[in-house]
Amino acid sequence: MNTSTARNPRHAAPVRGPHARPDWVDGHPTLRQITDDIARPLEGRPGKGWFRCVTVSIIALLIGVGCVSYQIATGIGTWGLNKSVGWAVDITNFVFWIGIGHAGTLISAILLLFRQKWRMSINRSAEAMTIFAVMCAAIFPLIHMGRPWLAFWVAPYPNERGPLWVNFRSPLLWDVFAINTYLTISLVFWYLGMIPDLATLRDRATGGIKKFMYGLFSLGWDGSTRTWARYETTSLILAALATPLVLSVHSIVSMDFATSVLPGWHATIFPPYFVAGAVYSGFGMVLMLLIITRSVMNLERYITLDHLDRMARITLLTGSLVGFSYMTEWFMAWYGGNPDEQFAFINRATGPYAWAFWTMVTCNMIVPQVLWSPRVRSWPAALFVISILVNIGMWFERFVIIVTSLHRSYLPSSWVMYVPTWIEIGTLLGSFGLFFTCFLFFIRLLPMIATWEVKGLVGARPPVERTDASA
Amino acid sequence: MLRQFLIANFRDEHGVREAVQRLRGQGYRIYDVYTPYPVHGLDQIMGVRPSRLPLVGLIAGLVGLTSALGFQFYAAVFDWSLNVGGKPANSTLAFLPITFELTVLFAGLATAGAFLMRAGLFPGARVVLFAEGTTEDVFAVVLRRRDATFDAGEARRLLIESGAYTVTLKEVTR
Repeated sequence: MNTSTARNPRHAAPVRGPHARPDWVDGHPTLRQITDDIARPLEGRPGKGWFRCVTVSIIALLIGVGCVSYQIATGIGTWGLNKSVGWAVDITNFVFWIGIGHAGTLISAILLLFRQKWRMSINRSAEAMTIFAVMCAAIFPLIHMGRPWLAFWVAPYPNERGPLWVNFRSPLLWDVFAINTYLTISLVFWYLGMIPDLATLRDRATGGIKKFMYGLFSLGWDGSTRTWARYETTSLILAALATPLVLSVHSIVSMDFATSVLPGWHATIFPPYFVAGAVYSGFGMVLMLLIITRSVMNLERYITLDHLDRMARITLLTGSLVGFSYMTEWFMAWYGGNPDEQFAFINRATGPYAWAFWTMVTCNMIVPQVLWSPRVRSWPAALFVISILVNIGMWFERFVIIVTSLHRSYLPSSWVMYVPTWIEIGTLLGSFGLFFTCFLFFIRLLPMIATWEVKGLVGARPPVERTDASA
Repeated sequence: MLRQFLIANFRDEHGVREAVQRLRGQGYRIYDVYTPYPVHGLDQIMGVRPSRLPLVGLIAGLVGLTSALGFQFYAAVFDWSLNVGGKPANSTLAFLPITFELTVLFAGLATAGAFLMRAGLFPGARVVLFAEGTTEDVFAVVLRRRDATFDAGEARRLLIESGAYTVTLKEVTR
């Protein structure tokens, strides 16, 4: 814990009655002060810490670019894939990154429908995270094609081969539609949410390129109540559309596996199990990013310990759902009486990839259970460690599902081992580089907290409370 | 065209609510209220009709639904029927995921697009703020003087009583 936390009683662990509702913004800032606080990173010069982070991220990104270029120039043979294990680290990365995105949509859309006020200061950065994560995810199926310049073949366009259409019955094609829709709707939602803030920044900017850019992208916003009313209707509709959309995306991803006949993949529980896992891993990533940024950017006032507490509760809930899904899977394997299915699960726990399986069980079933403790939920350092473990656990979950099911399936003569090559590891590293580079530039160029939403939260407080503190 | 506007600035939403309520009670029409954040319920007090954007979303969604389902049906049944694992050519259930995605895509894009069009928001749109700081921390209630029956003195009194800190009469070319 840093020293300011200890000194400032406002930042201490929330001590309230069991039913008291937090205020979500510490103290009583004036509306102008809120913009000042949130726009500070955009108007000042970045600190040394930011430059260090960007340097590391860009190096990781460049390693990834190098690996991907080499792989495209040489061929998929540079990966450790073989005839039995045809999907491995690449598809693990794809499912991992798509999952990360789900927390952003949950925060911005589902919590909007449930009128949860705590989404307001974290939704912008969580949505940004969604977009960057989906971008990272999209790379993997693309490079897995081997000839990515023919990627347009997945689109049902009139062609000279018949036209021979794509197979609309294939979950892989459903993925194409689901991910493109998800990325598009997330971008629209994110951008629309930012328009009023861009207008605020436009009116603050004194001139030059900043004023021009903010002016261009704020589309002439003037804060008219007639526009606000339509704006809120639009947000509500987009939230109502994004809610089933986000559930559909990971359900469809899970069907890539569940509609096959492979033991360990062929399970009806996959769609809800994958969605819970996605939200769980996504909240892990949101927690990790926000715990760092709130202290680096001095935004503890807006991203309070109460916010961390709520996010930790959702992590606990979804983590428990994931654990419950594991147990259901194991039970069904035993109860179903199919020896191949039973073997798949015994092989996971005791076979050559048992270390990956037990990493997954530890990180996803055991670690989140410490979040039952309110003390842990309002202790940023502990949450930070947990959030990293959550992400490690969820990455290994996908690795276990994909690799252990493929490497020993029905035919013992095709049993093999899979070891990733350094090209695959480098590509994974590169995707993290891309993600963090995007996020770091985002927090420097765009308001990372929805200023107008926080203003609405503070402005709607009873006047007595506000006047005595604004002096 | 030169138009006359009465502009009252407020420091918080509570005064604005009161002012709008009182002005409406006296029969004034509110031209618009400019606020840094959406003040909940203010549109109802102002008498703004509910938006028809949900209808746009619904229609676009239906268009997306029928065109996605129709196209998959056309491609898989009439145009080039492929035998995939002995499944029927018209595998309606298998067509549903894509149908759903396109329904959402059409509805979302159309709603967002219709909103931008209806609100007159586009890159390069000219902004004339009635009062400095309405995107920051100023709330401005704006009345338009349309004819001689507009009692500016009475309106000014009501606005100041509700907590406006400045009230100005402005001629604007809009």
